[in-house]
Amino acid sequence: MQHVSPIREPLVTGGKTYHDITNDVCRQVEAKPNARWAAALAVSLVGLAIFIYSCYRTLWYGIGEWGLNKTVGWAWDITNFVWWVGIGHAGTLISAILLLFRQKWRTSINRAAEAMTIFAVICAAMFPVLHMGRPWLAYWVLPLPNTFGSLWVNFNSPLLWDVFAISTYFSVSLVFWYIGLIPDFATIRDRATGPIARRAYSVLSFGWTGSAKAWSRYETVSLILAGLATPLVLSVHTIVSFDFATSVIPGWHTTIFPPYFVAGAIFSGFAMVLTLMIITRKTFHLEHYITLEHVESMNKVIILTGSIVGIAYTTEFFIAWYSGVEYEQYAFINRAFGPYWWAYWSMMTCNVITPQLFWFRKIRRSLTATFIISIFVNIGMWFERFVIIVTSLHRDYLPSSWAMFSPTMIDIGVYVGTIGLFFTLFFLFAKFFPVVNMAEVKAILKSSSGVKHHPHKTMHGTEKELNTNPHHSNE
Amino acid sequence: MNKKFVLGIYDDEDVLLSAIENIRAAGTKIYDVFSPYPVHGIDDVLGIKRSRLPIVAFFCGLFGTSFALWMQIWMLGFDWPMIIGGKPHIALPSFIPVTFELTVLCAAFGMVITFFIVSKLKPSLRVNVFDKRSTDDKFVMAIEIKEGVTDLSALNNLLRSNGAIEVNEKEVIK
Repeated sequence: MQHVSPIREPLVTGGKTYHDITNDVCRQVEAKPNARWAAALAVSLVGLAIFIYSCYRTLWYGIGEWGLNKTVGWAWDITNFVWWVGIGHAGTLISAILLLFRQKWRTSINRAAEAMTIFAVICAAMFPVLHMGRPWLAYWVLPLPNTFGSLWVNFNSPLLWDVFAISTYFSVSLVFWYIGLIPDFATIRDRATGPIARRAYSVLSFGWTGSAKAWSRYETVSLILAGLATPLVLSVHTIVSFDFATSVIPGWHTTIFPPYFVAGAIFSGFAMVLTLMIITRKTFHLEHYITLEHVESMNKVIILTGSIVGIAYTTEFFIAWYSGVEYEQYAFINRAFGPYWWAYWSMMTCNVITPQLFWFRKIRRSLTATFIISIFVNIGMWFERFVIIVTSLHRDYLPSSWAMFSPTMIDIGVYVGTIGLFFTLFFLFAKFFPVVNMAEVKAILKSSSGVKHHPHKTMHGTEKELNTNPHHSNE
Repeated sequence: MNKKFVLGIYDDEDVLLSAIENIRAAGTKIYDVFSPYPVHGIDDVLGIKRSRLPIVAFFCGLFGTSFALWMQIWMLGFDWPMIIGGKPHIALPSFIPVTFELTVLCAAFGMVITFFIVSKLKPSLRVNVFDKRSTDDKFVMAIEIKEGVTDLSALNNLLRSNGAIEVNEKEVIK
């Protein structure tokens, strides 16, 4: 038993029992798909169709289908790549870093957040692979023995580091997520009535029985995986920022990039978690598990990371002036007051100003306000990457090669398409997988539900402290 | 060979923990305990030793580090040296990111695969659980019955006096 401060609000409300948790989470897995879910899936399948069509155009006719030109050789593709990878980071932060910090509020949101990580990384990976132009040769990025050209890959290149970082991140996140799913699959298996469901979830549950020894190992594995995933998630966005920071383009060549990108990634990721969780809790009636307390905690992370991002924007500007480098100074003046001023000020408004509204407790605890602000942050963080990438490239050292970038329909199609792909995967996950980690929520139920338990005998004597929670009277 | 078990069903983790302590103190050997979630403190009362999986993770990670360094140094330093950006052939600082990623990859996969093997977890169509409620809301304590040795009514009393809400018998066909 752990000690819980009496001023903490309960994390599971509504006086739930262990069996209620199982019922509430398994309900949508076992029930027939409802109309709202089918409609939502249909909309995302339209998005997926747009994705497939745009990929076909890109691959059949080549990268010329995109709006890139000789000056702006990287635009929406890498913007979307960084945006998606960043979104993924919140899942790992919730499941790994908050586990190391023993934050109990992570338990009911970590499953969906990790799923979001995995799907976001899948979407992110589409962009570099498509930009290769010949994705069937994607294996050339691996150091394989071969007979063409310069024999081995270039280990000095940040783009190659990206290959290792993203693929490690994806596979470790997938394993971490799956380990957590195994006990919950066992729960669904033991409740399953149909033969297909029973067999399918038997296979998925890896024969889990929940024996004490297995749980002991499970906990060790989770802790070590969290310890490995924590530096991993920081390394991934650091390496993504190296794609820019190691080049000699004014506006990119800065040492502030790694921490600034990591903070931005967590910022955008939490915004996406909030967007998804506010919808999910409503659709699947999980209000007792994903409470206002959870939303408020996530909003606090958004204020913190949003402010870090704001400081980074200001620091960049200051350093550009302080460096005395003419090109660097021009790059920043051009960002804020050049032809892409609207992108810069959209970024500033969405990322620096709107999250500050969360200083008000009322706004932090309002679902509508949180949902709207989370959308603003998602948009703002997309603009951040667009501003960094396109405004730094479009006016380089030679004014004769200055150009503007405008996306084609295919650019837009690939981007909108990945959103379709993401939501298709997310809705399938929400239907067939338990969206809340039942085992972990059950583990915190006794200490964090705010409900009096009447055990026949109390062993560790902490029961009295638990029952001093002032919120009990509300239950 | 068929094995017979007595199953004590509990519905509270604290009752379970004290029951385990008392039953083990009474000299009865507990075969296993099944719970819907990890019960903290159960390792101590059941006498489960600390898992050595972190050691596995450490050595797999060490293998990843050495393999990554060897691979990069051999490929770019010896097998096909090229001058890239005026850097030395063996440019250690730029080998760090890949080395770090492979360390994490090997440590995580090595540990998880070992976990699956030692816990005998593998995809299977049929899974035998003692009591299906142990993945939902009940804690199940299994005690093996040895023919002619185990006194069933005494065991029943022992389990019930320690808070079991139900005591069942179960035969497992091996």
